[in-house]
Amino acid sequence: MTTRNDLVYLIALPLFSSAFLLLLGKVANKWGHLFATLVSASTFGIGLYEFVAMRSRAGDARAATQKIFEWISVGTFKVDASLLLDQLSICFVLLITGVGTLIHIYSIAYMSHDKDRRRFFAYLNLFIAAMLLLVLGDSYLNLYVGWEGVGLASYLLIGFWNERPAYATAAKKAFVANRVGDIGLSLAIMIAFTQFGSVTFAGVKAGAPHASPAALTAIGAMILLAAAGKSAQFPLQSWLGDAMAGPTPVSALIHAATMVTAGVYLITRSNFIFDASSTARLLVVIVGAITLLFGAIVGTAKDDIKKALAASTMSQIGYMILATGLGPIGYAFAIMHLLTHGFFKASMFLGAGSVMHGMNDEVNMRRYGGLGKVMPITAITFGLGYLAIIGVPPFAGFYSKDKIIETAFNAGGTRGLVLGGAALLGAAITAFYMTRVVVLTFSGKKRWDDQAHPHESPSLMWIPMVLLSVGSVASGYLLSKGSALVHWLAPVVNPTSAEGGKELMRPIVVSELALGVVILGVFTAIVKYGKNVPVEAPHGSVLTRFARRDLGQDDFNHRVLVLPGQAITKGLVAMDFSFIDGVVRAVGWVLSYFSQSLKKVQNGYVRSYALLMTAGAIALLATIWLVTL
Amino acid sequence: MDISNYIYLSAILFTIGAIGVVVRRNAIVVFMCVELMLNAANLAFVTFSRINGNIDGQIASFFTMVVAACEVVVGLAIIVTMYRSRRSASVDDASLLKR
Repeated sequence: MTTRNDLVYLIALPLFSSAFLLLLGKVANKWGHLFATLVSASTFGIGLYEFVAMRSRAGDARAATQKIFEWISVGTFKVDASLLLDQLSICFVLLITGVGTLIHIYSIAYMSHDKDRRRFFAYLNLFIAAMLLLVLGDSYLNLYVGWEGVGLASYLLIGFWNERPAYATAAKKAFVANRVGDIGLSLAIMIAFTQFGSVTFAGVKAGAPHASPAALTAIGAMILLAAAGKSAQFPLQSWLGDAMAGPTPVSALIHAATMVTAGVYLITRSNFIFDASSTARLLVVIVGAITLLFGAIVGTAKDDIKKALAASTMSQIGYMILATGLGPIGYAFAIMHLLTHGFFKASMFLGAGSVMHGMNDEVNMRRYGGLGKVMPITAITFGLGYLAIIGVPPFAGFYSKDKIIETAFNAGGTRGLVLGGAALLGAAITAFYMTRVVVLTFSGKKRWDDQAHPHESPSLMWIPMVLLSVGSVASGYLLSKGSALVHWLAPVVNPTSAEGGKELMRPIVVSELALGVVILGVFTAIVKYGKNVPVEAPHGSVLTRFARRDLGQDDFNHRVLVLPGQAITKGLVAMDFSFIDGVVRAVGWVLSYFSQSLKKVQNGYVRSYALLMTAGAIALLATIWLVTL
Repeated sequence: MDISNYIYLSAILFTIGAIGVVVRRNAIVVFMCVELMLNAANLAFVTFSRINGNIDGQIASFFTMVVAACEVVVGLAIIVTMYRSRRSASVDDASLLKR
């Protein structure tokens, strides 16, 4: 363990920049975006420097810590605000600051007509700071601060155009769904504290082997709930589609590349919990498998390009969650898919933003068509991301997704067959809906009306897209060459039984199978959407309409959660009115009734007052006489 | 003669005064009844002074007389003013304080 003293700048720089831009106000309107981009780039610089420094150290010295200050000190319970930069964190630091900086650059052009651009960049910097705190905290409590911080930044950015009520509602929905997950994280922290007396990763890791299985399963389940909230996994997935209300760079950075993958980070970071509890692992793979199919099916029905991509994000994170539940070897593959996904999904979201930029913010793919000719750079970068996500060799997704499918099959027995089958089916559906997106948007005849004048986006927008698409081409090969990432992460996730277990099929067979279903999906989509796409969406079958309604997730939440909640509230209001207010009103009524009677004594006649006084004096004397008798 | 008879007389006078205050309407008569009660108290003071063989009760009765004199001055002035304004000396007519 090495001690470094410059880790804190990773968080402090964007945090202060954000506060600076927000407090400075209109004065900073002219240069605020440049300042924020510069700060983001400098955090990337620090990240690279730390990465190089880490590589030059060997063995246990690679992980670095920095204590910032003593945060909580109550009796024997002590929590320091301190940072931990290890092999896992550095992957995230580079992804967050690298992709983040590219998206800052893209946003300069994308948001150039927005009068609130400075505020947007301040929020982006706030997000970078919070996300870095999330991945750098050395205890669950520090992580929790970042966890809430990214939730806040996500809320502010989804509702960035909050003058539209629907967008403000989407922001609120995301916030509330995230809160449900946050309850899980806080409960996990509390259980960990009661079990281990410590909330640092090191402390919990040291205590995990001696803890009771029930406690470990409880912590694991609560961590999974937290991950489901933040990463839009079943059953808390409903917020991600609506979160597309935010500006497209936000969707690319927060709701595709970084924040929504925090759940995967949390589970990977808590590997010692899940390694010790097979029940918790089972829950994780169930959630992952359900979500990867759920997202993929929803993706096939959406006509809104951003919502189709959001459903795809949900599905791809389902793959990562599935991988984390597959035991020690799965963590590295989950992180690998997370990194490659960060590149290709950000690239495609930026492509979608570029298309919207040229099409007057139209998001309905049925009104696109034939954009490949007018927007060649966007079409090519989007296409490279597309090839990466469906898993065509040698693009990035092929390396990362195939590994997950293969590991799922190797889980053994019926479970392996079910999980592997789900992952394979998901790959086929992914190929189908992504081909649908590409075909509807870039090929075929033009279906836009004369008011749209699609054009290629400015260079500030296409340069980040090109860089990200380079990442989506090359990252998979670079990360998996010689199992580079697996070995790099080994000290953190302990793949003791690396590549162990029986292989159900040889890797090459899995790859061929996956490629086969992908080709099938692509072919089906081309046949179905290659020509004659109606501008108005057809009525569709029952299944299509069900998928368009997000497989009833909102209806379910409405019936099962919202309506009973409202009923409870109404009942409480009625009880408050009848019972609590009733008691108060009764007290008042009784007092008023008696005082009406007593009032009659005050009649104004001197003689009656004199009589009362006399009677009172006699009563007093009588009492004294009786008492002293 | 038994000295306690003075006490009985004092009690009877006080009772007559008290009943007069309660049952009579004429302010002058009420006023006289109040004086009667005060004097009944004076009689009791003086009697107790005699019984105890000291002059404390006599001194207290002087105080009562001074208070009674002051009361007469103020009370008669009020009654005269009231009579001038409303042509009546009935205490029941002066019942405006109830509201």
